[in-house]
Amino acid sequence: MKKSLFLHLILFFIGSIYAVNDDLILEDKFPKTLSSFSFFQDNNAQLPSEGVLPYELVSALFSDYSYKQRWVYIPKGEQASFRKDEVFDFPVGSALIKTFYYPIDERYLNLGQKLMETRLLLRKETGWEAVSYAWNESQDEAFIKKAGKTILNEWIDFKGNTRSVRYRVPNKNQCKECHATNDVMSPIGPKARNLNKVLNYPDESINQLTKWMKAEFITDINEELNTPVDWKDKNLALDERARSYLDINCGHCHSSSGAANSTGLYLNLTETRDKHIGIYKKPVATGRASGNLEYSIVPGKPDESILLQRMISIDPGIMMPESGRALTHTEAIELIENWILSL
Amino acid sequence: MGKMHNLLIILLLAFFSYNLTAKQILLGPNFNSQEEIQEALIDLEPGDVLTLEAGEYFFEDGISLDVSDVIFEGSGIDDTILNFGSQISGAQGLLVTSDGVTLRDFAILDAKGDAIKVIGANGINMIRIRTEWSGGPKETNGAYGFYPVESKNVLIDGCVAIGASDAGIYVGQSQNIIVKNSVAQYNVAGIEIENSYYADVFDNLASHNTGGILVFDLPDLPQQGGHHVRVFRNKAINNDTDNFAPEGNIVGEVPRGTGIIIQANSDIEVFDNDIYGNGTVNLSIVTYGYETEDENYNPHPKSIQIHGNRFGDGGFDPDIGTGELAAILFELSDGDMPDIFWDGILPMSQMIFGQPDEERLLITNNGEATFLTLNPIKYILPFFDPVERDITEYDGEIRPLPPVVLN
Repeated sequence: MKKSLFLHLILFFIGSIYAVNDDLILEDKFPKTLSSFSFFQDNNAQLPSEGVLPYELVSALFSDYSYKQRWVYIPKGEQASFRKDEVFDFPVGSALIKTFYYPIDERYLNLGQKLMETRLLLRKETGWEAVSYAWNESQDEAFIKKAGKTILNEWIDFKGNTRSVRYRVPNKNQCKECHATNDVMSPIGPKARNLNKVLNYPDESINQLTKWMKAEFITDINEELNTPVDWKDKNLALDERARSYLDINCGHCHSSSGAANSTGLYLNLTETRDKHIGIYKKPVATGRASGNLEYSIVPGKPDESILLQRMISIDPGIMMPESGRALTHTEAIELIENWILSL
Repeated sequence: MGKMHNLLIILLLAFFSYNLTAKQILLGPNFNSQEEIQEALIDLEPGDVLTLEAGEYFFEDGISLDVSDVIFEGSGIDDTILNFGSQISGAQGLLVTSDGVTLRDFAILDAKGDAIKVIGANGINMIRIRTEWSGGPKETNGAYGFYPVESKNVLIDGCVAIGASDAGIYVGQSQNIIVKNSVAQYNVAGIEIENSYYADVFDNLASHNTGGILVFDLPDLPQQGGHHVRVFRNKAINNDTDNFAPEGNIVGEVPRGTGIIIQANSDIEVFDNDIYGNGTVNLSIVTYGYETEDENYNPHPKSIQIHGNRFGDGGFDPDIGTGELAAILFELSDGDMPDIFWDGILPMSQMIFGQPDEERLLITNNGEATFLTLNPIKYILPFFDPVERDITEYDGEIRPLPPVVLN
């Protein structure tokens, strides 16, 4: 009895220490250190505080083979509301937290990891704001990097090859390049359709949307979702996989409301017009990135398709996306190549 | 008197309070310039001025500005150099995404992609800026020197653009535009106004490009149907650089030695220019040359007025190898190349029933300029010579377009 009371006291104590700092999320200025927010009980182990829930996306953006761990925080008593085909409408005070890291060795994940950066999207009174914190050498604190940062990293991939990357922590403006829809900052990933999958939580394995509804994070969803497919799943149709990859990797800029709408190339999932998907579409302001090719996509001819060639390139004047990639995504190249062959 | 006094105090207070909040930040070159400048650009507040001292600044990544109503300046077009020769990331040297920005008095050298891109801005002034690729015309140079797109109230004044593999000065899908007092040399296109509304291009020198000044309109884009562009008091002369644009780009079709081209668009006025030394053709007016399914797109130029220009030698060295224009023109003209060429292509209904008066091409008061056009019906029928050279057919009264006013 006594012991149990003591335990409760300790738990209460820990709980209050590891409560997220709600005021800091709303403040105009960003703190210098990530730990100030108390999103994590243990920084190095990336152990989340109470009320900070991990999530995964059905189909994720490629970021130079880095691994990503995502969390969502919604202030107690508040709820995000469901919007079909759009990201949830999160209440003021919410935070989306994403840590980018590389395992030391992809074959043996227990050997540990190198934390690169933790990006935050904070829902302030005036709207979303983005900021990134880069982890220090000793991996116990991350510091704000408004102007971005270059981190050179090496890791061993799942084939046993040593890989290296000139990893770029984005600056504040670069966050906006992808996250602006009609010039307003917005999250990209957490759409209901993109969360519609089972996740292994510490206590149970359950569909994320069900979990969020049970936790009263979100309002109930009573609609059918257009869920994208996992582009890695080779059992699924090639067209679905390719369009799903292009949607999450390109569609946030390449849509009629995105930053690249002046190009007329729209790669979001809901685009259906062949010309705007790139088929026999001539480049507009592509310059040397056209690589002497005539069209974005030539059905059956990946070698003559500008879209694929720009995904392969690592020359900053040619490559796509324009930022956030320094390496070629070999597995995606194979997918898009096969897709173009099949058209 | 008392009232005046109060007003003066209010004005003084307003003046000082404005200046108290606005900061002037001065940075000089050092080993950490890239991070310093990028951080300063992020931390600027409306009203602030960021000044770079004379010197050369080196960048590995592109930089960007997203704060409105600020000035980013150097200490001279030849004195403050932003060098992107070792750029590893970023699709352009400098990206501007905010409104009411003034850039002035610096140079951007050897960017891997575009030199300066401005997207979605209302109010952008680029004054006394040079964008240059230092290795001369090369296919591996970036596409555009100056690249405002989807913007309003664009001023480019006293700028220099050298070596772009597409256009030195390119304004796309924008409106309310002034490009003046600028120099564009050794680019594929010197100055290009594309899918844009209300542009004044004047007092510029476009020389030693493949083509000097281009007014284009392309299909399948959010903004199309370019109109109201005035091109006047420019020198479009001695454009003699081989086309070095990578294929696939529309400017890749421009033959070496083109002074001015108007393609599609409506309400274009070209006057008081000096146009000479262009080996293929001094001025051509053409239809968009590809098939398109875009029903909202008009591929034909209309309401084009060409008057009071001074034409000199042209067509003496036609670039038969690039695109189709030079070859067709050379064949049709039997080697006697005109100063002004119109392809004569009209919508089918207008070929049959004639063109409304206000849409007719007007060419008047251009000295001794020679002319060639095609009669498309005769072109299709056998045994007729489709070539027509009578410039007086296009005489008429000019309806001047209003000048562009920037807000």
